[in-house]
Amino acid sequence: MAVGKAVHRVDGAAKVTGKARYADDFTMPGMRVAKYLRSIIAHGRVARIDTSRAKGLPGVDGVFTFEDIPRNRFATAGHPYSLDPNHNDVADRLLLTDYVRYEGDEIAVVVAENELVAKKALALIEVEYETYKPLVRPEDVMAADAPELHQRTRNIVKEHSFTAGGDPELARKESDRLLEGTFETQVVQHCHLENHSAYAYMEDLEKIVIVSSTQIPHIVRRIVGDALSIPLGRIRVIKPHIGGGFGNKQDVILEPMVAFLTWKLGGVPVRLRLDREECMVGTRVRHPFRVQVEMGVQKDGTVNLIDFDALSCTGAYASHGHSIVAAGAAKSHYMYPRAVYHCRGRTIYGNFPAGGAMRGYGSPQMTFAIESIMEDAARALGMDSVEMRLKNAALPGNKSQITQKPLLSCGLVACLQKGSQLIQWEQKRADWPKTQNGPVRRGLGVASFSYGSGTFPVCVEVASARLALNQDGSVHLQVGATEIGQGSDTALAQMVAETLGQPLDQVHVVSCQDTDVTPFDTGAYASRQTYVSGQAVIRTARQLREKILDYVGAISDLGVRDLDIKNGHIIISRTPETAVMSLKDVAIDAYYQKNRGGQITAEVSYKTRSNAHVFGCTFVDLEVDIPLCQVKINEIYNVHDCGVVINPLNAAGQVLGGMAMSIGAALYEKLMIDPDSGRIYNNNMLDYKIPTIMDIPDLGVAFVETNEPTHPYGSKSLGEPPVLSPAPAIRNAVLDATGVAVNELPLNPKTLYKYFKNAGLI
Amino acid sequence: MFDIESYHKADSVDEAISLLLQNPNAIPIAGGTDVLVRLRQGNPDYGHVVDIHDVADLKKIRIESDGTIVVGSGATFTDLIASHIITDNIPVLAQGAGSVGGPQVRNQATVGGNICNGAPSADSAAPLLVLDAVVELKGPQGLRRIPLHEFYQGPSRVDREQAEIMTALRIAPDDFQCWVSSYYKYAMRDAMDIATIGCALACLPQGKKVGRLRLAFTVAGPTPLRCWKTEEKARGAALDQSLVKLVGESVLDDLRPRDSWRAPKDLREQIIKTLAQRVLIQVFQQLGVSLA
Repeated sequence: MAVGKAVHRVDGAAKVTGKARYADDFTMPGMRVAKYLRSIIAHGRVARIDTSRAKGLPGVDGVFTFEDIPRNRFATAGHPYSLDPNHNDVADRLLLTDYVRYEGDEIAVVVAENELVAKKALALIEVEYETYKPLVRPEDVMAADAPELHQRTRNIVKEHSFTAGGDPELARKESDRLLEGTFETQVVQHCHLENHSAYAYMEDLEKIVIVSSTQIPHIVRRIVGDALSIPLGRIRVIKPHIGGGFGNKQDVILEPMVAFLTWKLGGVPVRLRLDREECMVGTRVRHPFRVQVEMGVQKDGTVNLIDFDALSCTGAYASHGHSIVAAGAAKSHYMYPRAVYHCRGRTIYGNFPAGGAMRGYGSPQMTFAIESIMEDAARALGMDSVEMRLKNAALPGNKSQITQKPLLSCGLVACLQKGSQLIQWEQKRADWPKTQNGPVRRGLGVASFSYGSGTFPVCVEVASARLALNQDGSVHLQVGATEIGQGSDTALAQMVAETLGQPLDQVHVVSCQDTDVTPFDTGAYASRQTYVSGQAVIRTARQLREKILDYVGAISDLGVRDLDIKNGHIIISRTPETAVMSLKDVAIDAYYQKNRGGQITAEVSYKTRSNAHVFGCTFVDLEVDIPLCQVKINEIYNVHDCGVVINPLNAAGQVLGGMAMSIGAALYEKLMIDPDSGRIYNNNMLDYKIPTIMDIPDLGVAFVETNEPTHPYGSKSLGEPPVLSPAPAIRNAVLDATGVAVNELPLNPKTLYKYFKNAGLI
Repeated sequence: MFDIESYHKADSVDEAISLLLQNPNAIPIAGGTDVLVRLRQGNPDYGHVVDIHDVADLKKIRIESDGTIVVGSGATFTDLIASHIITDNIPVLAQGAGSVGGPQVRNQATVGGNICNGAPSADSAAPLLVLDAVVELKGPQGLRRIPLHEFYQGPSRVDREQAEIMTALRIAPDDFQCWVSSYYKYAMRDAMDIATIGCALACLPQGKKVGRLRLAFTVAGPTPLRCWKTEEKARGAALDQSLVKLVGESVLDDLRPRDSWRAPKDLREQIIKTLAQRVLIQVFQQLGVSLA
């Protein structure tokens, strides 16, 4: 059995020994280096630009400005194409711009023989700006006299509202208490280890090859075609090993530019590699949200109504735009599916770095708001925080208020019970003093979450895989699903081994995607690969198994129906201990017998038409040092229902990483943007306080395994969910410790000082 | 890629001085944890470097016959933490050294560089200030010595001539023997960070009273600063809660924390007051003074 086993990652040895090659590790003779000229103001227009001195610098191959680029605007979000024209992403990007929308906007690009020459050339470009008032605060963006950052938008990307589960007015009237709160989440950045990097070259007169650190090679191919008006078939995208993405590589950022540059320069290889400072502001960030929530509750703790007004700020360009708040609002309603929901969502532009996809995709923001108001409601009712959640938690069979489909697997109640036991909630509640007066105070917090597996029914969920039986009896697996560090290659290999009856070491995964040969899959996002890509992989493995057994039936006198494959050998099901022949024997015959056979392969492209909802929670025990405005986590547990766990080791790894990421967002991280000037203060790893190994406490991980019937192995999503609930649980524990409800992130010393001062604690 | 215009490697202090004399734009580079960062930022003031990284004389940590501890300016923070001379006699400096960056930075960065770059946040500065360290420099005119608190002249400005090399930091026996001291670095993270506020306190007890007390802060003014007024007020005070109160109330009179996007002034003041008291309580604990 390979599924359910804590096997080592199939790419683990390559990565820890440095043998795995990333986009930056490849080089080609004659390769040139490109560097962007980025604006030094947040809002304005380039009134004059003179590149003549830069062009004259020895070693410079070319300098291009907004005057040299194709004029067609394109959308960058890494979504599948939609047949519904109203559902496609906003096309608001050009390769370079003369209208500056954030500090760091790309107005020119230099290609030179090396980075040093490129940097010197950048310094020789003369730019004069016409400056406008930066629009950073939502009030400024929405002001009646605010200039439009994108024409005919009124600075609104999109807005929508929905009601689900009943009449909000009725639910409001039937509530004993109405709680209100406004919750603000900050701009954070993915901080994946490997910065964005891509290079491109031409193989002949027509064909452009792009090697890129991307989560979505097939989508990159389509969008580069859009941006440059080149037929998609002439673009080849190669994805090598990737050093993390967290959604920031589910966007097309460098690829159209490197393709453009090699095309303009006659096919010479051109590399564009962002440094960390550029990556922090010039790629994507998490959308900051302002969420006003009203929660209606009955005295017994039943939540009648969750009514929220969510404002999402996408910054300079739409990128994933309104999808973020739409997805966040929809996916977080599954945790309390018996309440009435009323949601208004709006996404606006602003003069700061573009928001895009980031692990959790709008749900961390919504979960922070909902789980904070839930805590306030429990406290207002004098009800235990865990009991309140248990009372409202989703149960198997409950219907989604939006899709009206039942939750087929749901372990939220068991997750809350398990987490409560792990942290010894009841015992601590009983033992701890009821009031605390010292400078250091202890608190307990809890928060729940819900999420989806993939994007269906909003987007198409298509995945494909190919398997070939090798001459030695092993198989090669080609998938369009992209390994970006999350462990999908390993999980998919385990599914193949399990389905095919092969030992895991006989399954070789082609980790590199090459759109010329890799079967189609939209890539790594929405926690979709185990659930969605897995469906295609399992079906491919079944098909290969059938073909192998059919072949054995054809070359022997054995009945196909009696046969099975076990541990790499053909067996007769009734006498599994006796091997009839090895897969190697089968393969050798198929490949080389002169009069029959051929290479045995299987290929399946499959559209998943279901979505499995996942659940879980965080429990935290922490202490707050009030005079020092600091929080120290004593214990923290994430408990997840992700269906059947395919690989306990990798699953735990996902959860640990996600918890650390959410602790970072809860206590440390914030991209600081001056509201008046749009200036970005901390575009680096010193001043942007991503937590270090010293800042992250021991993390507890537990699973409640349910069996999801829509997946052949019962599996559901796990990639993103770990980031959803730690932040609100921490906020709720700080409230428990100090009595102070901090409704904005992060709870760093600066924020805590402000709140503690207001509360008279210091 | 770094835009280095000239690079010379010195094998001795004298050679370094002569290389610096030959090029008035040249600066010394030791661990490189500051200079290379500035070079990466494209700062043209750092294009000519004289490498003193491997000058053996600068790396020594020793005790002279009169008990003076001499810390070579080229000693890395890892060297400091590993030195028994430091940990046995002036552990407060090891505390400061241990709070710098992460292991890789500590392996590379030197105590001399930490002081000579004049940063108000230098993690070795507050401990060295409460040890009343003396800076030793060698230049074309020979050796000179100057108290550390006078060596600091302003933001990123120290009393080092272009062709001078800081050779050592000297700590006299009267400044550490029988003293008890402690350091606390307050930062937004527990590693890989610059201090929001750093606080060192040293106390020479006299019975149950303060013989002498020294208090120093980083990031609480344009340079690392001693708290002269508070130190004077504390002289002769009883080692009890009233001293904790006094230090907390007095310390801000000595300092000039500023508002910045890294931390607002009122937060810095809150941390300064709290740290002064907490570090004093740490010192009390080492002295066996109970506040209960």
